Amino acid sequence: MDSEFALVDLLYKMADDQLILGHRNSEWTGIGPLLEEDIAFSSMAQDKLGHSLALYQLLHELGEADPDTLAFMRNANQFHCCHLVELPIGDYAFSLMRHFLFDNAELLRFEALTQSTYEPLAKVAVKLKSELKYHVLHANTLIRQLGTATPESTERLQKALEEAWPYALGIFEESIYEEQIISSKLFIGEVKLKQDWLAKIETILGQTNLKVPIPNTLTPALGGRMGQHTPYLQALLNEMTEVYNIDPNAEW
Amino acid sequence: MYGGGSIFEVKPGDTILNEDPIILAAFEARIARGEKIEPMDWMPALYRKQLIRMIEQHAHSEIIGALPEGAWITRAPGYKRKMAQLAKVQDEVGHAQLLYSAAETLGKTREEMMNDLLSGKSKYSNVFNYPTPTWADSTVISWLIDAGAIVNQLANAKGSYGPYCRALERICVEESFHLKYGHDAVVHLATGTPKQRQMIQEALNRWWKPIMMFFGPPDKISVHTEILMKWKLKMATNDECRQQFLDMYVPKLWEIGLTLPDPKLSKNETGTWEYTEPDWEEFKQVINGNGPCNAERLAVRRTAEEKGAWVRQALLRPEARYVQPLA
Repeated sequence: MDSEFALVDLLYKMADDQLILGHRNSEWTGIGPLLEEDIAFSSMAQDKLGHSLALYQLLHELGEADPDTLAFMRNANQFHCCHLVELPIGDYAFSLMRHFLFDNAELLRFEALTQSTYEPLAKVAVKLKSELKYHVLHANTLIRQLGTATPESTERLQKALEEAWPYALGIFEESIYEEQIISSKLFIGEVKLKQDWLAKIETILGQTNLKVPIPNTLTPALGGRMGQHTPYLQALLNEMTEVYNIDPNAEW
Repeated sequence: MYGGGSIFEVKPGDTILNEDPIILAAFEARIARGEKIEPMDWMPALYRKQLIRMIEQHAHSEIIGALPEGAWITRAPGYKRKMAQLAKVQDEVGHAQLLYSAAETLGKTREEMMNDLLSGKSKYSNVFNYPTPTWADSTVISWLIDAGAIVNQLANAKGSYGPYCRALERICVEESFHLKYGHDAVVHLATGTPKQRQMIQEALNRWWKPIMMFFGPPDKISVHTEILMKWKLKMATNDECRQQFLDMYVPKLWEIGLTLPDPKLSKNETGTWEYTEPDWEEFKQVINGNGPCNAERLAVRRTAEEKGAWVRQALLRPEARYVQPLA
C-alpha cells in the first residue's frame, strides 16, 4: 500500500511541475525576444503540457480524478510542484536559466525513470525523454551562446543564475516516501538525481563565462513538494481556471 | 491568420513609368503564362515595392494577431483547449517568421520591417485593433477570422511571386487546422449551457463588424486594383472574397443557432449576399491608429522588442548579415 502512496506522490510532483512550467513558458507566446525564441518556448510549453497530461493520466489509472479535474480543480496547497516553476517569467534571462536548470534535471529524471519498476511510468518516460532531449539541446545551446556573447548577456545570465539557484535546489526536495521509492526501484531518488544534475550543469556552465554559485552558500527553497507554495502559484491557478470555473460542468 | 490585400493600397505617386518597356513586357508575359517570379529574377521596382508592403503587412498581422488570442492561452478552459490554443498561436508566430523571410528575399530586413511596424509606418490587419474581452471572442477569431484569411490566402497562393506563394501554401495547411479547432470551440459554446450560448452570441455580435471589414473596402472605392490583379499580386477583389466568405459561413452560423447582427443580411435572387455596408469611415480611423486597441497592441510589441534587444544583440553573428539580392 505504501509503495502506491509513494508512486502517487512521485507522479503528482512531476505532473504538477510540468503543468505549471508549461503554463509559465506559454506566457512567452507573442512576446519573445525574437520570433524563433517565441516559437521555441511555445513549442516546449506544448510538450510540457502534454507531459503533464500523460502523467495525470497515469494517476487517473491509479484511481485519482481525471486530468482536467486534477489540473483545473485543485487549490495551490494541493499542488506538489517545486517553487522554481511557479515564479513569474521575469526577464528572458530568468526564463532561459530556469529552463536550463529545470530541463537538465528533468531529462536526467526521465532517463532514470525508463528503468522504473512501475512499467507504465517507464513506458511514458521513454517517450518523454525523446522530447526532453530537444528541450535540453535548446537550453544548453543558448546558455553557451549567451553566456559567452556580450558583457550584458553574461551579466544578465549570471544574475538569473544566482536568483534561480536556490529554487533549482528545491527541485530535489525529498519525498516522505523516499526510502520506499528507492528500495522498490521506482526511481533512483532525489539525492542521486541532484548529484548527476550538478555534474551536468557544472560542465555546461564551465564552457561559459558564468560562475556556478558555491554550494551551501544559498539555502534551497523547499516546501513545494509538501504543498507549501509561493503566492505566485495561487495567482497562476486563478488565471488558469478563470474560464473553466464559469461552469465546470459545461463542455468547453 | 490574416491574408493579403485588405489593407493594401497603392500610393498615388507609385508608377511604372521608368521601366524599360521591352523588359517589362517580357516580365508581364511570364506572369500571364502563370510562371512564378523568383528572388533573383528581374522585376519592376513597383512590383517589388508593393510585394514587400503586402508580405510585410501580412507578417505584422500574424504577430499582432497573436496578442489578442495569446492572452487566452493561460486561461483556456481545460486541457484540450489550452494545448490547442497554444499550438494555434504558436503557428501564427511561425507564419510571421515564414513571411518575414519571404519579404527579406525582396531586400528588406526583418529589423527594418519591425521598425516600420513599431513606428506606425507599416500597417497590419484592422481586426486586431478590437478587444477580446471573453474566451468566446477568441473562439470567434479562431474560426471566422481564420476562415476569412483562408479565403484570401488560397487566392493569393496562386499569385506570381514564388517565395510568397510557397509560404502561403504551407500557411493555408496550418490554417485549416485552426479552422477545425475554432469551429469545434464555437460549436461547443453555441450548443452548450445558456451562459455559454449567451457568451458566444455576444462575442459574435461584437466581431461581426470587424469581420465584414476584414476583406477591405468595397471594390468601387478601390482604384488601384487593376495593375495589382494584372501582376497577380492580388488574385481576388475585396468584394469577391467577402461574398465567398458569406457564402461559406453564414449558413454554418445559422445552422448552429446563432444570429447575425445585420437585419439586411440575405441572399438575393442572383445569388449575391446583401448586407449593411460597414462603416468605412470607422475602418479608416482604426487603420490609421485610432481604434480601441491600436496603442495597446503596438505598446506590447514595442515592449517585447525593447526587452529582447539584448538577446538579439548577443546572438548577432557578423557572417550571417543579410546580403542584398542581385535583381
